[in-house]
Amino acid sequence: MSDFTRRDFLKVTSTAAGGLMVGFPLMSLGVSKPFEANKTTGPEINAWLVIEPDETVLIRVAKAEMGQGVMTSLPMFIADELEADWRKIKVEYADVNRSALRGQLYGSMTTRESSSVSDSRMVMHMAGAEARERLIKAAAETWGVSPDECYADYGRVYQNGSAESLGYGAVAKLASEVSVANVRIKSPEYYSMLGLATPRLDVPAKVDGSAVYGIDVRVPDMVYATVLHNPVLGAGLQSMRFNAIRHMPGVIRALRLGDAVAVVAETFWQARKAADALPVYWKSNEGNKRFDDTIKREFFEEFSGDGEVMMREGNIVRLMDDAERTIESDYYVPYVAQVPLEPLNCTVHVQEERADVWVGHQDPEAVMDVVAQMTGLSPYKVFVHNCFIGGSFGRRSHLDFVIEATRIAMEIGRPVQMIWTREEDMRSGGYRPMSAMRFKAGFDVEKNMTVITNHSVTHSIAYDQDRNASGIDEASVQGLIDHPYDFPAYSFSHTRKNTHLKSWWWRSGGHSINAFAMECFVDELAAAAEQDPMDYRKFLLRDKPDYLRVLDLLERKSQYRKRRASNRTAVGMAMHKSYGTLVGVVTEVTVLADGGMQVDKITAVVDCGNVANPLTAEEQVEGGLLYGLSAALYGKLTVEAGRILEDNLDTYEVLRMDETPEVEIHWELSGGEHWGGLGEPATAVIAPAVCNALHKITGRRIRSLPVRDYYLTIR
Amino acid sequence: MRLNVNDEDVEVDVDPDTPLLWVLRDHLNLTGTKYGCGIGACGACTVLMNGHPIRSCSTTAEASKGYNIQTIEGLSENASHPVQQAWIEGDVPQCGYCQSGMIMTAVALLNEKANPTDEEINDAMTNICRCGTYSRIRAAIRKVAQERAAS
Ligand code: FES
Ligand code: FES
Repeated sequence: MSDFTRRDFLKVTSTAAGGLMVGFPLMSLGVSKPFEANKTTGPEINAWLVIEPDETVLIRVAKAEMGQGVMTSLPMFIADELEADWRKIKVEYADVNRSALRGQLYGSMTTRESSSVSDSRMVMHMAGAEARERLIKAAAETWGVSPDECYADYGRVYQNGSAESLGYGAVAKLASEVSVANVRIKSPEYYSMLGLATPRLDVPAKVDGSAVYGIDVRVPDMVYATVLHNPVLGAGLQSMRFNAIRHMPGVIRALRLGDAVAVVAETFWQARKAADALPVYWKSNEGNKRFDDTIKREFFEEFSGDGEVMMREGNIVRLMDDAERTIESDYYVPYVAQVPLEPLNCTVHVQEERADVWVGHQDPEAVMDVVAQMTGLSPYKVFVHNCFIGGSFGRRSHLDFVIEATRIAMEIGRPVQMIWTREEDMRSGGYRPMSAMRFKAGFDVEKNMTVITNHSVTHSIAYDQDRNASGIDEASVQGLIDHPYDFPAYSFSHTRKNTHLKSWWWRSGGHSINAFAMECFVDELAAAAEQDPMDYRKFLLRDKPDYLRVLDLLERKSQYRKRRASNRTAVGMAMHKSYGTLVGVVTEVTVLADGGMQVDKITAVVDCGNVANPLTAEEQVEGGLLYGLSAALYGKLTVEAGRILEDNLDTYEVLRMDETPEVEIHWELSGGEHWGGLGEPATAVIAPAVCNALHKITGRRIRSLPVRDYYLTIR
Repeated sequence: MRLNVNDEDVEVDVDPDTPLLWVLRDHLNLTGTKYGCGIGACGACTVLMNGHPIRSCSTTAEASKGYNIQTIEGLSENASHPVQQAWIEGDVPQCGYCQSGMIMTAVALLNEKANPTDEEINDAMTNICRCGTYSRIRAAIRKVAQERAAS
């Protein structure tokens, strides 16, 4: 839970309460913000909200909306405390510069690790409660009564036992000036909004084409750029011949950006055409001209060493020696791409006194800092206008594309919108890491497992960022070192193994890799113990009631024990906890007569403690499952002579509607003070459930992804 | 070059081989139509040409001459088209980036087939959604069909 206290809250908001307004620089440029540019006329009650004379409540959101619904779920916390009329709520992004100027007024504005709600909910509660108390006090002063005799409900303040009431708009001005002490947040039984399925506020703008994504930003005098990178990453640029394209329509410049080339033109299409025609001579780096078989082999060769031991219990060597039977299995996942549907783009205008950046980014504060550093401007002069995000899945927390756009803008001196083509977006790195993993387990005569070992070999994101990084990258081993199973004796070790490719965050990070191997191997353990996988997990989790509750419900809801109609159909299961949320999944899978396979149904049970908005929560779990399923079935980047072969959506297949199974989601909420994340946990758990189901039908273990490598067709 | 977009004749100064997508987005400022792949694989750029769904990234400006082009912006005033309404009621979009293309494809499907089967929905809706909104899209299409049948 956040350790943000009420005092901290009052400290950071009190400066704003005196009516200090910071203008939105964006508006002066006449560009629309993602949410309609709100020209506020009403007073700011605190930094998080403004109340207009017409009763509109404008709420600020300090996290990025990338489809996960924070623009709805976070305001729900404020609106609930505020006793607001939800129909009067409008939302806009909190101002990054203002936050920086005021000592992180809005807390961390980074959106990551499914933590938006758990990070900010106490602050949201306080923002709403503080404003509510101000409004009550202001109304009480207007009536000349004590605030204790007043209460707030549905956008109005009432006097006890009287029909007298005042709308928030009428007392907002005074409310912004009074001071309040001892603000208390509601206790959960009085929640009026939290826990209610609430339609997303951003939906209307997303069905009529009016939502502004980064790629839709239009700034006066703007030009377009596109970028070419050496298809063999990291090999560098020799030269290019701008003269060959300078006569082409609209072409303005071609410039070198270190290892890359940017082509700038009046329109994007002109830039793209010129880039296609530009003669570019890339440096060749023989060391990087590798094939994924070789790379894969090198990962597996690491198993001959011991790796760095992360946790160990028991005399492993002796237990293995004493075992009646041992099993050993190697798992492997290739690099995969995030492929957000909106290709990476960033619009930058650098001027003498200021810089403006329009981008859909998970970390607008980091954008501000890096642009300040590059331009030499003070961060307070760098204005980041965060936009709607056309999917990120981790990719839009990288700064690589922001840095390129800024360099181009600094050279050109006009506003530049840089768009990576889909091909560049897919070739230029930021992939989910490649990983290989070896599991081994020993069993006694009674078929009890006595010992388990794991050695993971994974490309480290941290090491890509910083070649001086030492120690084990937490992201590589998340989900392994914190597994919940009660193993009698165990050893988990790790080896970092980087290649010339660049890795980055991918929805559910290392969990998606590690849960695949772990949950498939638990099924192998169950088989060796001659037990059903569900029963075996319950045995390994016998002291963990939260897990057992989820598994029990999953067993019932998925009709786990029911005989399926044909022996070509079976169910498989997996469970995994990440970002504070446990997800158990059963998939029903059919192997088709023609050698293909299809996923018929997914049943998921989720325990994230509490849910703010059941509607977006369900959407996130379903979307997360399907995102994971897409990667499980198809996700694979092939490295050939150092290049990535799959450079667009014809060769890099993703899940489409006809392959989408029925998805059923159930909640087994443990409540309390716990608010787990929802954007990612479901993604991690689907691949092993599919592979475990396939094994039941065919008897063949699938120990590497994607599943597509094993089946001719997927339906 | 003269094009007819959303029932208006517009004059654009572009190379004839410019994809319609970029004419819409960069010349006519109709940014509701999206770029996703540029090769006809994702459907984010879908618009209607005389009522038929086409991928505007793979259709040149030249080839669009003489047709009525309809984009998401021209579908209705205030998102009042039944398909848009069903999308709102079904809380369909997540990131939303694919949805203009999805909606235009669904509009064409429902114009052609009053009550499409699952199979027909699958065949028509080949667009990609990375956020996984497929089942909500399917439900929204069914809802429009049912409401039409009822009225
Ligand atoms: S952008 Fe046209 S189909 Fe993808
Ligand atoms: S809603 Fe994000 S791609 Fe479809």
